[in-house]
Amino acid sequence: MNPTETDLRDDASPAITEAHGDAHHAAHGHGSPGDQMFGFVIFLLSESVIFFSFFAGYIVYKTTAQTWLPEGVLGLEVREPAINTVILVSSSFTIYLAERYLHIKQLWGFRAFWLLTIAMGSYFLYGQAIEWSHLAFGFTDGVFGGTFYLLTGFHGLHVFAGVLLQLIMLVRSFIPGNYDRGEFGVASTSLFWHFVDVIWIILFLLIYIWQ
Amino acid sequence: MPGAPNDWQRFFSFSTDHKVIGIQYLVTSFFFFLVGGIFAMIIRGELITPESDLVDRTVYNAMFTMHGTVMLFLWTFPCLLGLGNYLVPLMIGARDMAFPRLNAIAFWMVPVFGTILMASFLVPGGPAQAGWWAYPPVSLQNPTGNLINGQMLWLLAVAISGVSSIMGAVNFVTTIARMRAPGMTWFRMPVFVWTVLAAQIIQLFGLPALTAGAVMLLLDLTVGTTFFDPAKGGDPVLFQHFFWFYSHPAVYVIILPIFGIFSEVLPVYARKPLFGYKVVAISSLIITGLSAIVWVHHMFASGTPGWMRMVFMATTMLISVPTGIKVFAWVATIWGGKLRLSTAMLFALGGLVMFVFSGITGIMLAAVPVDIHVNNTYFVVGHFHYVIYGAVVMGIYAAIYHWFPKMTGRMYSEGLGKLHFALTFIGTNLNFFPMHPLGLQGMPRRVASYDPEFTFWNVVASLGAFLLGMSTLPFILNMIGSWVQGEKAPKNPWRAIGLEWLLSSPPTVENFEELPIVVSEPYGYGKSDPLVSNPDELEVAHEPN
Ligand code: HEM
Ligand SMILES: [Cu+2]
Repeated sequence: MNPTETDLRDDASPAITEAHGDAHHAAHGHGSPGDQMFGFVIFLLSESVIFFSFFAGYIVYKTTAQTWLPEGVLGLEVREPAINTVILVSSSFTIYLAERYLHIKQLWGFRAFWLLTIAMGSYFLYGQAIEWSHLAFGFTDGVFGGTFYLLTGFHGLHVFAGVLLQLIMLVRSFIPGNYDRGEFGVASTSLFWHFVDVIWIILFLLIYIWQ
Repeated sequence: MPGAPNDWQRFFSFSTDHKVIGIQYLVTSFFFFLVGGIFAMIIRGELITPESDLVDRTVYNAMFTMHGTVMLFLWTFPCLLGLGNYLVPLMIGARDMAFPRLNAIAFWMVPVFGTILMASFLVPGGPAQAGWWAYPPVSLQNPTGNLINGQMLWLLAVAISGVSSIMGAVNFVTTIARMRAPGMTWFRMPVFVWTVLAAQIIQLFGLPALTAGAVMLLLDLTVGTTFFDPAKGGDPVLFQHFFWFYSHPAVYVIILPIFGIFSEVLPVYARKPLFGYKVVAISSLIITGLSAIVWVHHMFASGTPGWMRMVFMATTMLISVPTGIKVFAWVATIWGGKLRLSTAMLFALGGLVMFVFSGITGIMLAAVPVDIHVNNTYFVVGHFHYVIYGAVVMGIYAAIYHWFPKMTGRMYSEGLGKLHFALTFIGTNLNFFPMHPLGLQGMPRRVASYDPEFTFWNVVASLGAFLLGMSTLPFILNMIGSWVQGEKAPKNPWRAIGLEWLLSSPPTVENFEELPIVVSEPYGYGKSDPLVSNPDELEVAHEPN
């Protein structure tokens, strides 16, 4: 063995140990829970760009449109959406508590708070539907109507998807041995929920507060 | 034996092996290359005379729209994903992609949206005619009044393609970040892996913007919203921003892996290490960053305010710096090397030459005064075909020839390969060079008929196009013939350095029996450092078949 080779090996060894943690799971099957979470976070970052594009479009329209509010429309009612906002934001805390309970293996505590989260999410959707049904404008009423329904609708779809995921996770919590391979399902659903929550806060500020 | 490397039926099944998926991508995309090529032949057939005689105006519009769309979304993107799929896990010493099932689903969406796009030939009114960038208000016209029309199917296909690409991007980034073999540190990754990473990051932040725009356009077209309809208070320029925020970086999604291919192929046949490896690697990510802030240069002619033009002109010029550095590194790599002119090397060198030429015309376009003048002329068409045919298609060919023995276990025919190269190189220049003088003389793009003064160069271009059409024949013959009865390929026919070359050709399912322990930098040509410390443990000693 020549000296350069020894040098190389020496210099390589810390790197080997460092990379080993990542690589050893790959020895059996693929997609360890760590990889799944990593992938999911990337996906959410990418998904957020759709929302930011819509937000950017909204800001452009709002600041440049010749006629913004459709005829006969004075603005948006804030009270009900504000209540909805409080509920959605609080549900981020209940889902967090549920997760905590799961960590300390208290399944019933987990289920109770998880169910509460589902109820709050469903209430949000209900409130959204009520609001929509009372509005005096539709999505064809100019860019104001279009962007309003686009933003709330696209976000609502995410809330709906989140509630569905939560239901699935609730059912799966009854399967024996469900958490033997980690809690990726619960953790990712919860992360998704926080994401939906943060997006809503921005949306609420943009649409309802900045009128 | 199902799953054995030579069982062809795997390629028609829902396999989760990244090597099978890679080849599925490659073959599917090549099929669509031929489809897009047929459209190109019709375009050039029409343009051989000044009158619009072969096809009428609307058919011509449909032809260039479908040509551009197929070539980008069904040929270049999936083809590069195929190469990435096949090579990245092997190159970083992984047994597969991080999410093999997601990988297979993403692939199978390609034939689905391909079919949807092709189905638009069957609906009343025919395919979309608004060009591959689908600018409203043109794309909002729906003369037949049907809900299912060419433009609507086009948008649907593009949206599905977007979903599939995002799945792919999540998979690639996770794989590269987390599945590297022991000792495969960031700065031991081959440049191809760096470029795939850089390209897929662009997909992650850019594609959703296009999706957002496409969704809004689809709503305008189908349910009557007015986002982009100027007659009803909408803003068509906003769509252009969405579109180019993604579609300029998309150019780098395509070209970056080609940079990776140049960086892999040139050192092997020059027998020299890649010059400035770290700089070349990092500059890929710098390009990714800069690519997010150049898009407005496509809109210099769309009433963009002066200060904005200046800013984006500057960023556009800036992005040519890391690109220039790479070109310099490749030239330095081959400089004074003992070049072995195999088909793969010829294509890599040819692609490099074409790329340099397109770089010059590209800088000319980035200068606002020039762009205002030649915007929407054939100068632009000439410029980007030098990139996309000259550099990208030739780079892809270089990669296919270079890794053909690895993928199929057979050697290709050098004779046919060189014929293919000669036809391609001559055809590309004959076809696309004349577009530059045509553009400078003022011939607009996207027209079926033109002033007779432009005839000469158009005839030359059409002859070049037909030559290019013919150039695919020796390639297809070579690929099929060699795969069926080529000479058996050894592990490492080119004496190349890289993890994939330590495995048998083709590698078995799951690639590595024992994960490689990487102990040196890539491209150690002319040095004697071993790449891994356990070369004999990577595979079981006796092949099962
Ligand atoms: C034989 C090869 C090819 C020929 C002869 C050819 C020819 C042409 C011509 C003449 C046009 C301009 C049509 C017009 O403006 O009226 C065009 C447009 C275009 N081509 Fe190609 N091309 C070829 C290959 C490719 C490839 C490989 C790609 C991409 C990977 C590509 C992408 C495009 C795009 C994006 C457009 C713009 C379409 C539009 O205006 O919406 N082409 N091509
Ligand atoms: Cu651009």
